[in-house]
Amino acid sequence: MSKEHQLYLKKRKTKKILIYLGQIIIFIIFIILWQLLTDMKVVDAFIVSSPKKIVDTIVGLYQSHNLFIHIGTTIYETIISFIISMLIGIVFASLLWSSQTLAKVMEPYLTILNSLPKVALGPIILIWFGTTTTSIIIMAILISSIVLTINIYNGFINIDENKIKLVKSFTKSKIKLYYYLVFPSNIPTIISNLKICISMSLIGIIMGEFLVSKKGIGYLIMYGSQVFNLDLVMSGIILLCIVATTLYYLVYYIEKKYEKTTH
Amino acid sequence: MTNILSIKNVSKVYHTPKGEIVATKNISLDIEDGDFVAIVGPSGCGKSTLLSILNGQEKASSGTINYHNKTIGYMLQEDALFDWLNVLDNCLIGLKIKGKLDSDSKEYVLNLLNKYGLKDFIYSYPRNLSGGMRQRVALIRSLAIKPDILLMDEPFSALDFQSRLNISNDVYSILKAEHKTLVIVTHDISEAVTLCNKVVILSKRPSYIKKVYDINFDQNTLPSERRNTPLFNEYYQLIWKEIDYE
Repeated sequence: MSKEHQLYLKKRKTKKILIYLGQIIIFIIFIILWQLLTDMKVVDAFIVSSPKKIVDTIVGLYQSHNLFIHIGTTIYETIISFIISMLIGIVFASLLWSSQTLAKVMEPYLTILNSLPKVALGPIILIWFGTTTTSIIIMAILISSIVLTINIYNGFINIDENKIKLVKSFTKSKIKLYYYLVFPSNIPTIISNLKICISMSLIGIIMGEFLVSKKGIGYLIMYGSQVFNLDLVMSGIILLCIVATTLYYLVYYIEKKYEKTTH
Repeated sequence: MTNILSIKNVSKVYHTPKGEIVATKNISLDIEDGDFVAIVGPSGCGKSTLLSILNGQEKASSGTINYHNKTIGYMLQEDALFDWLNVLDNCLIGLKIKGKLDSDSKEYVLNLLNKYGLKDFIYSYPRNLSGGMRQRVALIRSLAIKPDILLMDEPFSALDFQSRLNISNDVYSILKAEHKTLVIVTHDISEAVTLCNKVVILSKRPSYIKKVYDINFDQNTLPSERRNTPLFNEYYQLIWKEIDYE
């Protein structure tokens, strides 16, 4: 290895370490400032809570055996709605692809459904399905499946014309065209939509939990705000950050794993 | 020589909301076994339409095509390789779709890959291949289904000049060695003259056959060698003058 290359590698490494350090330092300074300002009563700990109180609240939840019930409920609901939304997205996109006429007929309805803030449907869903987990999951599915259907359908119809011609030179069957070309060539589209789907599902679940539930992170935040327990609200937000990031990286990991298999 | 593809009075009319567009008019052509036929003409004259009709992707508005029970292979403007499949699977895709993949046909494809310089790339993905190699893979994919007649639609138009010369040589040698008949659509007169023994000139739209030239080069020369002969210039001038450029 030449000296110049060693220097280059060293520079790269230093830069990487600097970036990590920067990220960690910002976090630490933020936590310390927060704690100091509340200890010195510059800001009111009742309104903004404090890192210590948040840790105490989370430990308290853990000791009362409630922590994992809440986290588990939210994750469980998110994953269920994630899977169902993905399936709905793929199935509906495939149906729309299979018939241009159907796609044209459905176009205005999809546009309306897509632009409608789905939270507005919350009360109706509650009346129809009751104050149950089902309602929460349906709300999340509504939020994510429409965007997914549109995104995946767009992937399906934007296939290289030449590749379609090629497959059509071998077969006249639309099912074979779908099986050999349309679906496999859109696996990257589907995988990149997994990320969108997981975030959307989580949004839907938290929204649902705000409206209905007796457990879950959304419930913790909502309950905390109703009884003016800001420690509980902040703890809920922190837990949500952790859950959201974990789920995101889980999907990211799947994406990377897939990319590796086709290289 | 025996006829293996007979086109009789084929016309194609396209329907648009604004009216009808006649793309081709009464095209009749006989193609013999082992022929290399080039179809040239001004752009937009309906060359590719004619090929799509021969390939069965579009229906002729009138006229008949007799395939004499021969099978057709198709190679397009771009290589259209599937980037999620490796070279071997790309070559086998036609057989898979047609449900004709067995150990014999796979052996045949592997043989072609070995023979035509892709031995070390069988399990590579298309993104790791050069433009010329991708075209060879596309050609083998077309040959995998053992067609008697190969239709090519501007197959090298996406390549740079140097690669075009090389792939022309490759295609010529491979198709001669495999005893195939070729119908190629191209806008490149020199490609048509050097690769084929018959050049069909189409008029501008609505197109009809203006003239058919027989090209007589020494059968043992390669397309790139033919470019340096006086005969090449003669044919080139003749054909160039015949095409209706606008």
